[in-house]
Amino acid sequence: MTAVPSPIEFPHRHLLGIEGLSPDEITHLLDRSDSYVALNRRADKKTTLLRGRTQINLFFESSTRTRTSFELAGKRLGADVINMAVATSAIKKGETLIDTAMTLNAMHPDVLVVRHPESGAVKLLSQKVNCAVINAGDGSHEHPTQALLDALTIRRRRKRIAGLTVAICGDIMHSRVARSNIHLLTTMGARVRLVAPPTLLPAAVGRLGVEVFTDMREGLSGCDIVMMLRLQTERMQGSFVPSQREYFRFFGLDRDKLKAANDDALIMHPGPMNRGTEIDSELADDITRAVILDQVELGVAVRQGCLDVLSRDLPELDHNV
Amino acid sequence: MSEFLAQPAPQAPPPGRVAYVNARLLDPASGRDEKGALLTDGRKIADLGPRLFNDGAPEGVEVVDCGGHCLAPGLIDMHVHLREPGHEHKETLATGSAAAAAGGVTTMACMPNTNPVIDDIALVHFIERRARETAIVRIHAIAAITKGLGGVELTEMGMLAEAGAVGFSDDGLPVSSSLVMRRALSYATTFGALVIQHAEDPTLSACGCMNEGETATRLGLAGIPNASESIIVERDIRLAEITGGRYHVAHISTAEAVDAVRRAKARGLPVTAEAAPHHFALNDSAIGDYLTFAKMAPPLRDEDSRRAVVEGLKDGAIDVIATDHAPHDQDSKRLPFAQAANGIVGLETLLPLALELYHNRHMALLDVLAAMTARPAALLGLDVGRLAKGAPADLVLFDLDRPWRIDVDRFHSKSRNSPFDGRPVQGHALRTVVGGRTVFRRDD
Repeated sequence: MTAVPSPIEFPHRHLLGIEGLSPDEITHLLDRSDSYVALNRRADKKTTLLRGRTQINLFFESSTRTRTSFELAGKRLGADVINMAVATSAIKKGETLIDTAMTLNAMHPDVLVVRHPESGAVKLLSQKVNCAVINAGDGSHEHPTQALLDALTIRRRRKRIAGLTVAICGDIMHSRVARSNIHLLTTMGARVRLVAPPTLLPAAVGRLGVEVFTDMREGLSGCDIVMMLRLQTERMQGSFVPSQREYFRFFGLDRDKLKAANDDALIMHPGPMNRGTEIDSELADDITRAVILDQVELGVAVRQGCLDVLSRDLPELDHNV
Repeated sequence: MSEFLAQPAPQAPPPGRVAYVNARLLDPASGRDEKGALLTDGRKIADLGPRLFNDGAPEGVEVVDCGGHCLAPGLIDMHVHLREPGHEHKETLATGSAAAAAGGVTTMACMPNTNPVIDDIALVHFIERRARETAIVRIHAIAAITKGLGGVELTEMGMLAEAGAVGFSDDGLPVSSSLVMRRALSYATTFGALVIQHAEDPTLSACGCMNEGETATRLGLAGIPNASESIIVERDIRLAEITGGRYHVAHISTAEAVDAVRRAKARGLPVTAEAAPHHFALNDSAIGDYLTFAKMAPPLRDEDSRRAVVEGLKDGAIDVIATDHAPHDQDSKRLPFAQAANGIVGLETLLPLALELYHNRHMALLDVLAAMTARPAALLGLDVGRLAKGAPADLVLFDLDRPWRIDVDRFHSKSRNSPFDGRPVQGHALRTVVGGRTVFRRDD
């Protein structure tokens, strides 16, 4: 009897975005990620899956939590992890990107984790290297591991994603988290609503299979999940909203607006939070509603899961050395 | 398939007499579309018609058998960037003229956003001299509207026109001040000069790098709304109305702007427009997954606007087809999308893409050709662009139906930045004649 080759569960070399992944592929990533949650709660968190592998975290944009999360994930899997923060001068950005990619590639990394302030930059870089590339956020395009950790958080709390109603609120226009979540949640069968002032909604966003609201109470009505986004002031050119207090008055999440959602609706936030701008401080700390720290915890497991899945496609290690 | 490309020959004696027989003569200026022959003598057309050489060509005349293919006035491209002086690594007058010749283009008007900017008569003289010495097709300079393209001080339009500038434009940048634009249009009336606007409201385009819409939203790229173009076109039409200045919209791309030009024409205003092939052949979905070769200004628009550009060409709202040939080296395009340079090369794809309008049954063949011959010639005040006794012998012989596939590796331009690589097209230039001299020939 011959062995039947198992179907390829994740037939992609890179993880550049959620758009285009099938429900099965997303489920596979979530399942593998879930398997690391218990491990991360043990005293000894180390495994040897990526022993001998080199992971470079290449950040062209500042980040604390995502970079730390990827670093912990790689180290717990036994990889050698290097962090590179690349200062981006306004003029030489592009050259730096390609040149840095070629230079790093010559050092034979196995995985590159890349964040870049320009949409599409991680994809461009992935075309220049031989290793696996994980997009840790590119411009306003995608942040796939954030969407996966949000999905894992929802799945562990609600035991499902399909059929839930999720409101994503705030600065949709500049948010890669929003785009990745829209793709993931709609692919997995959730109903997605976007709630934002029209100045923070990108054109034709309704074509992505979502419902669009400009009133928080209407948008939150009957929701199972309320996902708040950070007001990305550093991305703003010009006046998208008149002031922080006006924004909080109409689009900030407080107890009063939350009443419109289902009684057990969960509050999520990708962090870092602007307390008093998009979310009421006391609400953010309400552990009966906010699952924000769960998201951070599961973020490490998700990055382990992604590294694990992509490593199955790397060349075999030579164990005889 | 072999090719012949002429060397520049500034001192060469005038060519002799050449008889083009067995041709389909196409002349948009006179409406001529008939089988016949054409005789060039030196640099001029000596004779043409259906009965010419019915009894055979006379002794001592070189005979070119056109094989029944189309013989038309050489194409005129009134909007190209030839990058000389200042960016010769992207293109020169020499390489640009080779690309033109291979594309059937015999006259080009080059934009002044060079380094230094063509805003002084010395630069116009430089272009004329370099064209004479290094180019194999005719090249005329378009001079800047404002000094250094700064948008503030008018250039010496009268002297520039005298020196040979065929039009004025700050192309690449809009003249955004309404006051400066009013004065430019007003002052230009003294000399009957054509003022060509890159219509874009920079405050509305903001940091946009592609058309605003679903694709931009998916890609997380900042969008440029249609209104960014139409607001400026509407404004400028008001200014043309109060000044009487001749106003021409470069590379028109939106349904709204086409409609504005159509309405201005209906009111009898001296307003004209040109469209680039990419704006009637592609829409913004061509950007796909951050294809920087599909990035240009104005950006590829949505399907509604693409159709509106086709409609504009059909009903005459748009007068001219011009390429906005914008060569860029690889490094300028191998960048994250928002940082990549704007523009694509177009000279070697102009004819087949324009002929799609005919093959797709949108326009009659003579109307397609008029937009690249008689009409731009009239706008620029040039004597070329027609088949007539005494006119300059600038010709293109082309196979109307020949299918082929665009291959950027065969381009004569220094640059390869085209989103049309691999596109199957129909219609190919076989021979290009400038001033009676064959400068390009494509042989089977």
